[in-house]
Amino acid sequence: MARSAQPVSSLPGVAAAFLVAALILGTLAAVALRTEAGHGFSSSDWAALKFTLTQAVLSAVISVALAVPVARALARRRFPGRSLLIALLGAPFILPVIVAILGLLQVFGRAGWISDVLVYFGASPIRIYGLHGVVLAHVFFNLPLATRLILQGWQEVPSERFRLAAQLGCDGKALFRLIELPMLARILPGALAVIFAICLTSFAVALTLGGGPRATTIELAIYQAFTYDFDLGRAALLSALQLTLTAAAAFAALKLSRGEGFGAGLDRAIQRWDGGAPVADILWISLATLFLLLPLSAVVLSGFSGLFLVPFIVLKAALVSVAVAVASTVILLLLALPMAAAIAVRRHSVVELAGILGLAASPLVIGTGLFIIIRPWANPSDLALPVTALVNAAMALPFALRILVPAARDTVSRHGRLALSLNMEGWVFFSRVLIPRMRPQIGFAAGLAAALSMGDLGVIALFADPEIATLPLQIYRLMGAYKMQAAAGGALLLLVLSMALFWILDRGGRWHAEA
Amino acid sequence: MKHLLIAAGLLTATSAMAAEKPQLTVYTYDSFVSDWGPGPKVEEAFEAVCECDLKLIGVEDGAALLSRIRLEGKNSDADVVLGLDTNLVETAKKTGLFAPHTVEAQYTLPVEWADETFVPYDWGYFAFVHKAGETVPTNFRELAKSDAKILIQDPRSSTPGLGLLLWVKAAYGDEAADVWADLSDNIVTVTKGWSEAYGLFLDGEADMVLSYTTSPAYHLIAEEDNSKTTAAFEEGHYMQVEVAAKLAGTDQPELADKFLNFMVSDAFQTIIPTTNWMYPAVPPKGGLPAGFDTLQVPEKALFFKPEEAAAARREALPEWLEALSQ
Amino acid sequence: MLKLSSCLIENGRFQLQANLHVEAGSSVAVIGPSGAGKSTLLEAIAGFRELSQGRIFWKEQELTKQAPGKRPIAMLFQDGNLFPHLTAAQNAALGLRPNGKLSKPEHEQVEAALARVGLAGMGARKPAELSGGQQSRVALARVLVQHRDLLLLDEPFAALGPALKAEMLDLVADLVAETGTTLLMVSHDPQDARRITNKAILVADGSAHPPAETQQLLNNPPQALREYLG
Repeated sequence: MARSAQPVSSLPGVAAAFLVAALILGTLAAVALRTEAGHGFSSSDWAALKFTLTQAVLSAVISVALAVPVARALARRRFPGRSLLIALLGAPFILPVIVAILGLLQVFGRAGWISDVLVYFGASPIRIYGLHGVVLAHVFFNLPLATRLILQGWQEVPSERFRLAAQLGCDGKALFRLIELPMLARILPGALAVIFAICLTSFAVALTLGGGPRATTIELAIYQAFTYDFDLGRAALLSALQLTLTAAAAFAALKLSRGEGFGAGLDRAIQRWDGGAPVADILWISLATLFLLLPLSAVVLSGFSGLFLVPFIVLKAALVSVAVAVASTVILLLLALPMAAAIAVRRHSVVELAGILGLAASPLVIGTGLFIIIRPWANPSDLALPVTALVNAAMALPFALRILVPAARDTVSRHGRLALSLNMEGWVFFSRVLIPRMRPQIGFAAGLAAALSMGDLGVIALFADPEIATLPLQIYRLMGAYKMQAAAGGALLLLVLSMALFWILDRGGRWHAEA
Repeated sequence: MKHLLIAAGLLTATSAMAAEKPQLTVYTYDSFVSDWGPGPKVEEAFEAVCECDLKLIGVEDGAALLSRIRLEGKNSDADVVLGLDTNLVETAKKTGLFAPHTVEAQYTLPVEWADETFVPYDWGYFAFVHKAGETVPTNFRELAKSDAKILIQDPRSSTPGLGLLLWVKAAYGDEAADVWADLSDNIVTVTKGWSEAYGLFLDGEADMVLSYTTSPAYHLIAEEDNSKTTAAFEEGHYMQVEVAAKLAGTDQPELADKFLNFMVSDAFQTIIPTTNWMYPAVPPKGGLPAGFDTLQVPEKALFFKPEEAAAARREALPEWLEALSQ
Repeated sequence: MLKLSSCLIENGRFQLQANLHVEAGSSVAVIGPSGAGKSTLLEAIAGFRELSQGRIFWKEQELTKQAPGKRPIAMLFQDGNLFPHLTAAQNAALGLRPNGKLSKPEHEQVEAALARVGLAGMGARKPAELSGGQQSRVALARVLVQHRDLLLLDEPFAALGPALKAEMLDLVADLVAETGTTLLMVSHDPQDARRITNKAILVADGSAHPPAETQQLLNNPPQALREYLG
């Protein structure tokens, strides 16, 4: 087929992708090149690989499977507090790992709320530790993400299509086959791949909820190789394994998710005529809300009493974290928008792949690699904040692309020809059509990136600037100094700040999720 | 981004101004430099006597600290490393990156210390912390038979976790694997680091958590809470000794020696108990803070010499993995 | 004169040959069976499809390798002729400046164009607030300010009712007459073709035939067209 003209060049996006790939693979290479005497895989590594894959596949499949009915219910129902609930969906995702673990176990643990109720009625407490506990925790983290991705898919279906379906008298099942199934087929593979990749690098959560060394993941082995064994070769090898697995998952997702968008719509407010059974929808929304909000309220409750114990210096760290989050969001958009445009005009597997690798890259490897690379030129700790912002952006990139690419693709397919005929090319198309058309997605992606950056301990711990600490680092330090209550207060502060940033950015771009 | 760069620029400018004085760079673990650790007070006390600028850089924990030094190698920016524990000393020595010290001090460690390179600054006993007033097992065998639930840390990612591994190995030798197998149903879970385990314990997730005999002192002194205590184990308690050393490649050898000597002096040692919540290596003139007298003192100290610890770990870790992976 | 010189357009197994020319200033219908390649022909002329062979000229200028927006061509598609996020005036303004930054005289030009198509005072509305006919008028206002030599219509009014469609075609006829624009218009309704064109290109059996008199072609259709007209 003859190559058709495109309104925007894919060159900047390809360049951005190479930059990201260079960051991830370059740091890996830097680590690998420092190898002294390395060991290959040991039998315990194979066990770790097996466990890592099992939990990641289960977590991804269950998260996405549960997210479909929840997103569907949210897409169909309007109720007071709906937009707040959608904003809160971002929350589990942004908590520092240690805070999330404590919150989860306050609800699901041996001495958790649910066990308390069970014991009160004479039953035995729940046994949370094990593979099912790992999966539960990962679903807690990723169900909201999956729900938002799928909900967005629903909202990108032009209301004209639903109108047509309603006119044709499609009931639930027919509507599902006609409109929703094709949409899901387009969204789900990407969502699965992203969550699989996130769970692949899980470490503290998997170990703690898994109940012991049975739940050893590759990331733990990488950590061990870096610290206790100082075996950089093994660390690089294991990290390369993670990257390969992620790349394989990403390729599979790309193959599966090929499909066209829904064609033009006229921005009519979304209105649905398929009432369906409200009972099921209400049930799904309530269950998901409970599952997500209970651990969050545990975090909030323990945070309240500690809020007044939060030392002033932690507030300073909060400001630093906000600054890093904003910088990280700007970097993210500078990378993600051209990449999304590149993918939209032509299938660039390289760009998509570079986009997802950030997830599977071990933060330890990136951090150490950057340290090795930067050290001959500058004092790494002087660059702690810019490097943290950069790495946080790279880690948020996969999410941003999942959010931006479908919208970019639709925009190009809907408006590309018209733009071309009007000589709107390159920057003009980018700024006059692509960005305005993608505002909601840009807002969502920016909000997510900012919140992720807020909660991530990131590489700042490795770069150790003695003068500047971020909020998550200070929370960890409070815990290390026995000040668990103050740390809980700090975690609440973090939660509130992250949610506020997320809400402002997401709200700024959102037209579709009106309550 | 622009502001960050400006901020970074300002920082460089201020450190350049301070550079008229000689600068001593000390790498240590992160909790040492935190605002609630010994770092700020130590910096103030040393700068009052040294005519220098003391720069404390925090690196996660002891194991990560040693990795950082090995990563930087011969031209490390560090002059002194503070915060390795005895289980890392042998590996550290083999790197050849450290130089002998000039310190002479009267340590009150329960074990003999005569290392030419590494200077101890504090120490403690590992112990299981539990709520006061509860009846708890008095040894590992009894613990294994009981219904008591414990939280421990992973020896592959945590210093206390490694301490427990060596504790059981020191107490039971070839039977350690059996003990672990029996303990497996008592272990609620294994965490990445100390903070997760201790946090879960405070939330009531288990009866006991692996920590130090000095942990109750924090609750007593800082929170006026005497509800925590430690279980005395008949086998004895494994010791952790934290040490510091001068880098062979330092460009401030005299200042580094000065710091190591300062470290065993009263000014430094009085800071340790209520910031690092460990026993000082040299008893402060004013004695230990009130509250430390209430702590359990184990009858027997278990300890692998640095040269034995690495071999013990190599043997014990696979046993632990095997026993707990069933 | 628009000249298609030994052109071959390929899309998978589909092939369309065209070797023809269209007089400047004429109005030409493109007719033929469904799926014969009428839209494809227009897309190739507008630059949305690369030619496998042949060259395209407008007057002395070769268009073959030019980007769509650089060609002296304005085109209206079956749908999606307006950006939903821009107002009517902003949409029309794109015909003058793709970046939307207009000088004062240019603003006045856009106002005048909107008034000419009967939308005076409606410049601030977005497409969703306009009727189908009004949306078509905005697109025509944009064509008007574009000042291109050629206008290609790929059935942009197909969705409108017969009366409205006739009204739009008359407006188009007036506009091209006023500006001397050359018009190529895909149509599957012989009435439309009769209404505003005097010549017609028949697209059938893999080739686009040179323009013939519209009346004559429709009154004595060749075999392929006869089947289609029924």
